[in-house]
Amino acid sequence: MNFDVFTLPFSVGLVFIISYFLAMCIQWIRNLSATERLLLVKGIFSFKTFTSIKEVVLESLLHRKIFRVNPLLGYMHMSLAFGWFMLIIMGNLEARAYNPIPIHPPYYPIFFRFFEPDTGTFKYSVFYEFLMDFLLLFILSGVSLAYFKRFRSMALGMKRTSKLKSWDKWALAALWMIFPLRLLAESFTSGIYESGGFLTGTLGRFFAEFLPVEYLAYPAWWAYSIALGTFFISLPFSRYMHIPTEIVLIFFRNYGIRSSEKINGFADIEVKSCSRCGICIDVCQMSSSLNQQNTQSVYFLRSVRDRSMTKSLADQCMECGRCSQICPVGIDLNTQRYLARRRVHEEFRSDFSYLPDLQTRKTDVIFFAGCMGHLTPSVIHSMKKVLDHAGIRYWFMDEDGSICCGRPLKLAGKAEEAAQLMKKNRAAILASGGTTFVTSCPICLKTFTEDYDLKQMRLYHHSQYLLKLWFEGKIQLEKQMQKAVYHDPCELGRGLGIYDEPRELIQRMMILKEPENTGENALCCGGSLAHQEMSSVQRRKIAFDAAAKLTIDHPDYLVTACPSCKKTFQQASPVEVKDVAELVYAAIQDRGRKTALKSREIAAAEAN
Amino acid sequence: MKNVIVIGGGVAGMESSAQLADMGYQVTLVEKESKLGGHVDQWDFLFPNHRPAREIIDSLKQRLNYKVEVKLGTEVESMQRNNGQYAVKLNSTEVLHADALLLASGFDLFPAQKKEEYGYGIYNHVITAADLEEIFRSGNLRKVVSGNTHRIGIVHCVGSRDEKVGNEYCSKVCCVTGVKQAIRLREALPEYEVFNFYMDLRMFGRYFEDLYREAQEKWGVQFVRGRVSEASEDVKGNVVVKVEDTLAGRPMKISLDLLILLTGFIPSKGTSRLGDLLQLEFGSDRFLKPADEHLLRNHSKLEGVFLAGACTGPRSIAETITDARAAVLEIAAFFRDKVTVHE
Repeated sequence: MNFDVFTLPFSVGLVFIISYFLAMCIQWIRNLSATERLLLVKGIFSFKTFTSIKEVVLESLLHRKIFRVNPLLGYMHMSLAFGWFMLIIMGNLEARAYNPIPIHPPYYPIFFRFFEPDTGTFKYSVFYEFLMDFLLLFILSGVSLAYFKRFRSMALGMKRTSKLKSWDKWALAALWMIFPLRLLAESFTSGIYESGGFLTGTLGRFFAEFLPVEYLAYPAWWAYSIALGTFFISLPFSRYMHIPTEIVLIFFRNYGIRSSEKINGFADIEVKSCSRCGICIDVCQMSSSLNQQNTQSVYFLRSVRDRSMTKSLADQCMECGRCSQICPVGIDLNTQRYLARRRVHEEFRSDFSYLPDLQTRKTDVIFFAGCMGHLTPSVIHSMKKVLDHAGIRYWFMDEDGSICCGRPLKLAGKAEEAAQLMKKNRAAILASGGTTFVTSCPICLKTFTEDYDLKQMRLYHHSQYLLKLWFEGKIQLEKQMQKAVYHDPCELGRGLGIYDEPRELIQRMMILKEPENTGENALCCGGSLAHQEMSSVQRRKIAFDAAAKLTIDHPDYLVTACPSCKKTFQQASPVEVKDVAELVYAAIQDRGRKTALKSREIAAAEAN
Repeated sequence: MKNVIVIGGGVAGMESSAQLADMGYQVTLVEKESKLGGHVDQWDFLFPNHRPAREIIDSLKQRLNYKVEVKLGTEVESMQRNNGQYAVKLNSTEVLHADALLLASGFDLFPAQKKEEYGYGIYNHVITAADLEEIFRSGNLRKVVSGNTHRIGIVHCVGSRDEKVGNEYCSKVCCVTGVKQAIRLREALPEYEVFNFYMDLRMFGRYFEDLYREAQEKWGVQFVRGRVSEASEDVKGNVVVKVEDTLAGRPMKISLDLLILLTGFIPSKGTSRLGDLLQLEFGSDRFLKPADEHLLRNHSKLEGVFLAGACTGPRSIAETITDARAAVLEIAAFFRDKVTVHE
């Protein structure tokens, strides 16, 4: 058996990281609930496993999502991940082909060139030498991009890159050294034996001309092994733990396991899967508008991992979901915030059991304005008029005063208190016997959809319901020549996936223009209920920046479908802000006037 | 003879024009509206002594007669400085030349629609204090109230001291206006209850406290400390407001015949535009910034450009007149110093 003492740092590191990872896997599985474990068992023997393998190749190795953000950044991640993976696979094949014994020690393929400095007699040697050199060059191109990114992140499409902690620095330094050292070690050895491929061979002969390569080769192999060992040992304590964890994440997620109330199960896998790529920093409007760069998801997750979470850090997020949308790992970042807030707000307890039971009314259609809806009475007024016009009999559930859906409490991490409110509201809703529930507030709609268990009912946002009324011919709309841009509210768009219905409605009344940040990439208005610490000045800055971007082409109206967005933009938009419901009401009034005019004309003509 | 252009024909502009003309300068007063008088011309009676606003405007107008060239319906399009003189281009394409400019472009009232939760422009019985003055003048008050509830509410600080609309500052005169209007309402409609919803009452001026006391003792006006959170309309068209009485520590819900919003000051469009044209500095409240908050209150940072009245922040009529006169003195001193230098 081939052995040399320099392989020890690598071998120790490898044994350490494999044992650590296995221990972690066991812990994760143990922390899953019984139902989650059942999902896992069912999933393993299903097609989902193949889906997961495909996703691992596409995301963990090829980094497809990062390519979409920026091709160069994608290439950097791909060359390191995919390149290294191929280097290991091909190295093993080469070792196996050259020396066909059943089991090699794991270091043998890694340090193959050291043990087999001249493979000239081996019939595939040219092929393998070329391939291995090519892969090494591929990785080195990625490493040099990584060097470059540290100093000039802008060149890779990132205005800001994440700041590092000390373990990360160790791991990063080791990672940066591994491949250049491998290149040197292989080149020196090739220089001595005049072997090697197009890269290591050429470099080796070049070095041999003026360097004592026979003395340099052995220390270089030592350095390469130490770099590998250091990287493996620092891995569990650094962001690079994401490499093995993300694979587990992908499998578990495909088996249907999600972050839940438990923080040590799947949620922990998500936390450790964050590669700290920092892509979330630039999309965060608190970074772009407020130049605040220590609260973004990358830093937030790091604090969760380090157990250094503070109330302030947990609270400083609008939960607009823009970072979740772009996260290459697909971490459910809003749920992570919620879990953190549950922990930091634990000491504050309140009790809502004193609230009286709600009066209910027998009805088919329930309309719920929400507390934000009550701050935009024009929307309520429009909805009432349109519903009356369409001949809908409905119960305006919170007409007499706001009934809280429970979302603000949830956003503050107060799940138990929210549950008390929800129980009372749910009882009143069910007692009405209704089948249709319409709300003007996307924040409420998300809560009623996700937390209320109202399966007996169809839940609608008013934009969806108004569109339904139009399809049923209960309201008529006419297209005007005015231009509108539509702002997707965070909770309606990214939160509930409702993008099309408001647009379909607007297009039947106006010419709809799409701004740059639209749909899934829509901006947050800044009025978010989720952020617990932002000052009004900061909110206004975000609102002004967002409104300016949305209205850059000077539309006649900035249209939205959320009372909170409407109120926030009213103070910031250079053009008039309208809710879709207001547009529908105006269109109906307009038609009414025209019909009245026409019938008068007809009457006049008949009289003549 | 030295030449001054005064921009803005409200109280500040009229008073300073008259004073400057009295001192022997040639004055042109430019006003964008078709008549002089600004906001005060829309008012009925004034605090603290219930004097008709008309009297102030008539007296100021009289003093302008024959001495000041007044250009109504005229706006400034651009301003340029050449050899110590300002060339002011008007929208009539006329170009005027002046040795000094006095900006008296004043304020606008906060657009109450922006505080949508109070329902201005949505409910029929929600009006602003300015609308109420107009109703007082027309004598139609009885037609505006339905008599359903026999209650009227007045909301203080609408668009003032309100971070959510971006106006952190106090508009100063609304508190006493609310007290004045409450008394006027009780006089005109003795069978009605009048409620003032306030955060705190700032009775800073002479006799204001007396007026506040009179409102409570003589007229039985109710003062409720608390900010109105929202207004809605019931089936009869009454306005229903929700407010927390923070002294009693309980939430209130009250139906009203009429809700009056005391809208605050914001810099007028003209003030913002003139400031931009001359690249003057603005304060954090977006009103114009004087060269020194204590010593040079009527100076802008530009030589020969002076400021008077509410373009530098909320002011009462009396304060505006004092400020206009102060500006006139500064302009006179500016001309005098300039002459000395040339000699």
